[in-house]
Amino acid sequence: MSELAFFIDSSRCIGCRACVQACEECDTHRGVSMIHLERIDEHDSVQTAPQVCMHCKDPVCARVCPADAIKQTPEGVTQSALKPRCIGCSNCVLACPFGVPNYYGKIDQMMKCDYCYDRTSAGKKPMCATVCPSQALAFTTLEEIGRTRQGTAINRWVFGAEVVETKVFVVVPRGTREVRPDLVQLGGSRHDPFDVAAMLEGA
Amino acid sequence: MANAIQKGVVRATLWGLAFAALVVAGVLVGSRGLKDFDTALVPYAGATVFASFGLAYRYAMWLQRPPTRLYWFRGWQIFLKPSRLPANIVLLVRQLFSSVGAQSFIARRGAARWAAHWFISWGSLLAAAITFPLSFGWIRFETLRTSQEQYQAFVFGLPVFRFPLGSVLAVLAFNALDISAIMVLIGLGFAMWRRARDRGALAVQQLSGDLMPLFLLFAISVTGLLLTVSTHVARGFHYNFLSQFHAVTVIFTLLYLPFGKFFHIFQRPAQLSIEFYRRASAAGPQATCLRCAKPFAGRLHIDDLKQVEAALAIKFAAPPATTGIQGTHYQDVCPPCRRKLLAITQDGLWRGHGRPRPEGP
Ligand code: SF4
Ligand code: SF4
Repeated sequence: MSELAFFIDSSRCIGCRACVQACEECDTHRGVSMIHLERIDEHDSVQTAPQVCMHCKDPVCARVCPADAIKQTPEGVTQSALKPRCIGCSNCVLACPFGVPNYYGKIDQMMKCDYCYDRTSAGKKPMCATVCPSQALAFTTLEEIGRTRQGTAINRWVFGAEVVETKVFVVVPRGTREVRPDLVQLGGSRHDPFDVAAMLEGA
Repeated sequence: MANAIQKGVVRATLWGLAFAALVVAGVLVGSRGLKDFDTALVPYAGATVFASFGLAYRYAMWLQRPPTRLYWFRGWQIFLKPSRLPANIVLLVRQLFSSVGAQSFIARRGAARWAAHWFISWGSLLAAAITFPLSFGWIRFETLRTSQEQYQAFVFGLPVFRFPLGSVLAVLAFNALDISAIMVLIGLGFAMWRRARDRGALAVQQLSGDLMPLFLLFAISVTGLLLTVSTHVARGFHYNFLSQFHAVTVIFTLLYLPFGKFFHIFQRPAQLSIEFYRRASAAGPQATCLRCAKPFAGRLHIDDLKQVEAALAIKFAAPPATTGIQGTHYQDVCPPCRRKLLAITQDGLWRGHGRPRPEGP
């Protein structure tokens, strides 16, 4: 049996916010949740998606950090910024291809998901995957995913021409080799100027 | 690649040597050709010269990273812009008071953390401000030839001021190192208290990275205080042993300075320059997101970031063949849209395989 790994399947997310709450209870960043729960299209759909750090093999966040504040553990976990070093420049926030790190102005520091390192290094599941009722966030083995899900888990992404491999997997239909967030789609998905819901809300 | 790394090491070594030479020259000149130099302090001065080499070496290596380099120069460029300079200096002074003086950004992360850091840092800075000039022979104290009751302070060999033996100033001057040691010990008390109780700290702290510096400071402070006790209370009890032990702790810390956690003392002031950068970036034109068309960062910041990414061979610029749009760059998508895009893409893959949209028909 292979080792435990982290799997995301945002298409299973039901938007219950359990992960957001559980993340807040972590001792290393008590009261602040590191999970982004995105509402994909607020006006037209209830679709939501959780985003945790993908723990890239060669993390862009660490490469663009001028303070050399982002380090990887031997297990390949990209840690939150080292507090004595982070100078709060937000480079990592803007450059991370998955939009993960957050800058907190009050304390002038970046903080991000660290794979619940205190828990996972002790053999426990991350907080979010423990509480997720639909298992959109799951911490299990590749075999288990293969046995129970329809799709397959991959960890290869392409952004522009940048290929990114991650420690965290995403569940996609069988046969998919990599995920390419499609830049063509970008131009088309701006908000409709005649979006009635938005007009009613005065947005 | 290997060649570039070698070149970088050579360059950093040269910077290290130059800086160490500068410190040696400072000692020679400041102590008037070693006339004022106390030979008992040679090991301290030697370790300081080595530490200056290490610090300059590491700083130079750090500056070679493309992002560090760019923001370092950009920071100075923004700060020194003639039209902004007076206002920038005012802001700098204000920042020095709040970030270095009061360290309020740490207070916002917790009272115990702040107390620990404030006492340790100011205790250590005070000690450094006394010890370095003393061990370099830049400052010395002598009683006047005419009166044993009067002290004369010399700076760079020049008599600067004098004070009577029993005055407050004398008490402060001769006990300043003890005061700094007590400040450090108070800070260490807070630090250990926090590190022993805070579950977050317990989960992530490391012996070598986080606790070792505390042990070093503890050893220096305690042996330093014991020297005073030995002199004034215990009639020189084990004075030689204590002073050697104290020297070893200080020298070890000096040698450790460039490599461990203490390096942040030299690196972290970069935070001050980020404030100027942030203001300049916010005052200039804003970059809007390709997807939601909302402004999300300063144009300056995004353009600089693209430059850094190019230097690091991060290829976020999409090849026109795949998008059909000329010059699309993933850096022009705001972080929330990046997250949405990932979900939309994954969802799209499933829909391509016949799964219905999540919201129904
Ligand atoms: S997902 Fe973002 S924050 Fe996480 S390791 Fe990768 S680049 Fe860094
Ligand atoms: S915000 Fe902190 S961790 Fe992020 S790039 Fe800047 S210095 Fe590095």
